[in-house]
Amino acid sequence: MHKSIIAAAIVAAGFSTAAFADAHSVTVGVSWSDFQEERWKTDEAAMLGALEAAGAEYLSADAQSSATKQLADVESLITQGVDALIILAQDGASIGPALDAAEAAGIPVIGYDRLIEDPRAFYLTFDNVEVGRMQAQAVYDVQPEGNYVFIKGSPTDPNSDFLRGGQQEVLQAAIDSGAITVVGEAYTDGWQPANAQRNMEQILTQTNNEVDAVVASNDGTAGGVVAALAAQGMDGIPVSGQDGDHAALNRVALGTQTVSVWKDSRELGRNAGEIAVALAGGTAMTDIMGAAEFTSPGGVTVNSMLLAPQPITQDNLNLVLEAGWIAKDVLCQGVTGLAVCE
Amino acid sequence: MSGGLGNLIKTLQIDTRLLGMIGAFIVISLVFHVTTGGTFLTPRNLFTLTLQTASVAVMATGMVFVIVTRNIDLSIGSMLGIIGMLMGVIQVQILPDYLGFGHPSIWLITVAIGLLLGALIGGFQGWLIGYLTIPSFIVTLGGLLIWRGGAWWVSKGTTISPLDPNFVMLGGASGTIGVTASWALAVVGSILTIIFLINTRRKHIDHGFAVKPVWAEYALGAILVGAISGITAIMNAYLVPTRILERRFAAEGLEMPEGYTEAYGFPISVLIVLFVAIAMTIVAKKTRFGRYIFAMGGNPDAAELSGIDTRWLTVKVFALMGALTAIAAVIASARLGSAGSSLGELDELRVIAAAVIGGTALAGGVGTIYGAILGALIMQALVSGMGMVGVDSPLQNMIVGGVLILAVWIDIIYRRKTGDA
Repeated sequence: MHKSIIAAAIVAAGFSTAAFADAHSVTVGVSWSDFQEERWKTDEAAMLGALEAAGAEYLSADAQSSATKQLADVESLITQGVDALIILAQDGASIGPALDAAEAAGIPVIGYDRLIEDPRAFYLTFDNVEVGRMQAQAVYDVQPEGNYVFIKGSPTDPNSDFLRGGQQEVLQAAIDSGAITVVGEAYTDGWQPANAQRNMEQILTQTNNEVDAVVASNDGTAGGVVAALAAQGMDGIPVSGQDGDHAALNRVALGTQTVSVWKDSRELGRNAGEIAVALAGGTAMTDIMGAAEFTSPGGVTVNSMLLAPQPITQDNLNLVLEAGWIAKDVLCQGVTGLAVCE
Repeated sequence: MSGGLGNLIKTLQIDTRLLGMIGAFIVISLVFHVTTGGTFLTPRNLFTLTLQTASVAVMATGMVFVIVTRNIDLSIGSMLGIIGMLMGVIQVQILPDYLGFGHPSIWLITVAIGLLLGALIGGFQGWLIGYLTIPSFIVTLGGLLIWRGGAWWVSKGTTISPLDPNFVMLGGASGTIGVTASWALAVVGSILTIIFLINTRRKHIDHGFAVKPVWAEYALGAILVGAISGITAIMNAYLVPTRILERRFAAEGLEMPEGYTEAYGFPISVLIVLFVAIAMTIVAKKTRFGRYIFAMGGNPDAAELSGIDTRWLTVKVFALMGALTAIAAVIASARLGSAGSSLGELDELRVIAAAVIGGTALAGGVGTIYGAILGALIMQALVSGMGMVGVDSPLQNMIVGGVLILAVWIDIIYRRKTGDA
């Protein structure tokens, strides 16, 4: 009784006129953790596109980096009558009460980009092990034998070891056969480019420059690696990265970095919109196309969809340009003789 | 210290703490030289080591003054971040629009603005500390958060690159002065050292102070000139990689002559460190500003009662720290060839550790510039050496932490035994 009065009041105030305008239309509520961060605007635009295509409505709230506010936001979205929730959790461990409320109201939940360790939430993100595989594969394609160096991520970030695991999978056979020799491997404190540069300098000194390829775990560390290589005139040997950083894409165009594995957040947003509409329409989590079980580090099995990232090399730089991810003059600064930049 | 060696050191009037630190550096180097199979003590590695140390060493000299005045500055890593980022924006996104890409005055304008920014930010923090009497720990802890956040804000998390080609020469192996200029510099340095020794002796005699025996003066001069020549020889022994030379010839459309080689000589960033070290030592020992700093650190109340404006002095000390941080930001971002929002993270702790390992007492009043620079070199040697041996970074941090505590403990024992301040 009480809740319906509040709902009516909200409708009357014009907060959510569309939600009740058509009894058959679906409304998807999105709870952002920190919408002030630049990248979520890209995600939101893609979500809106997917929802519009399905004729669904969009409601959102921003928790402004507060886990407490996020709980209130979710309750408010439920009160406003959403049919599905997409939650970018500020703190995956303290989002439980929001899931309880959603369950009580019979509303399906998608854990967006950040893992919510709870089987009631559908986990949607990019596959970090796959990122590692793609990095190693791209380097291996150019340099199938010789001395390899691994510049890993921060030792305190679990993703560092996921990435390293994926890289190892791809290169294992070549390492076993002796085609590839691992001559150096180092973690990068805080993912800092300066630390990656120092580690790479020491490995180059120690191996007397006998390095043929470097598998770096992201674009920042790749930047440090390339700076160290350039000091020895070795820039141009295969180096991997990820994130689609503007500086890194410029290096790919220049030929000093082989690959930047790019996670197109518009893909993530579009999928979230589509899955939310499907779940709201009564589709079971296990019946979502492409869904699979994912066992979290905490041992919880959740339904999930892990999107494949896109490796960007010199051959497909047009993808990032066409996506509006980077401007042509930034991508092509100092580049000559590359079709994309003409 | 006993017997003949002790007497010799006493006669030469060499600081035993300095000897101890050089000894520690040599021991560390020898251990790594053996464990790396003979690559640590090569010209190439020593050259790289000096480049890696430069940015922290510059800031450590300023930190000596800050700590001597019984303050602390936790904000320098973040300040380095935001100044580096702003200089990146200025030279990549703003100046080329007016002057054209690669214009020779870009780096000069960029560095000038950076220095001004550093002095302003540092001076402002010093004003909060000196005039509003907010503890320096709090002001600079706030600064640590504010400037790091600001660095992110300037670029929205993106990395600015590539930096101006002339600017990049200030930080890395691409900016060296070559063999001839290095030897010329060594000769000038040696002559100045000898003049300094002669002058000091003459002044001591004029004022009726005790002087060393003449043979001791000769020995000291020989040691110093030998050290200068030795370091120069090392820097000149590291050859530019053939691939870089080939590219340089190819860029000019020439064929590289068979067997052509070229050596690096002193990197510009290392010369900056030398210049800063000499300037800061003169400030500490020969100027009123320097003497006030040590007076204030030794006893702030007495200093104030004797007419020293300690509040204004605090502003100046922090402004100087800020300007030195800006120089460090130039070196750090130039070396990397890019400016990212994580530039300088945790540098405040490396710098404080370098100053403390170098004998700067947190109780105030005591500290030397050369000690701080040697402290930075010892820390970097440890980290780089462990990196070469393949020690993983979590273990590296544990070892560096242990060495820091050990070094201060040894220093405390040393002071107790010698009765030093």
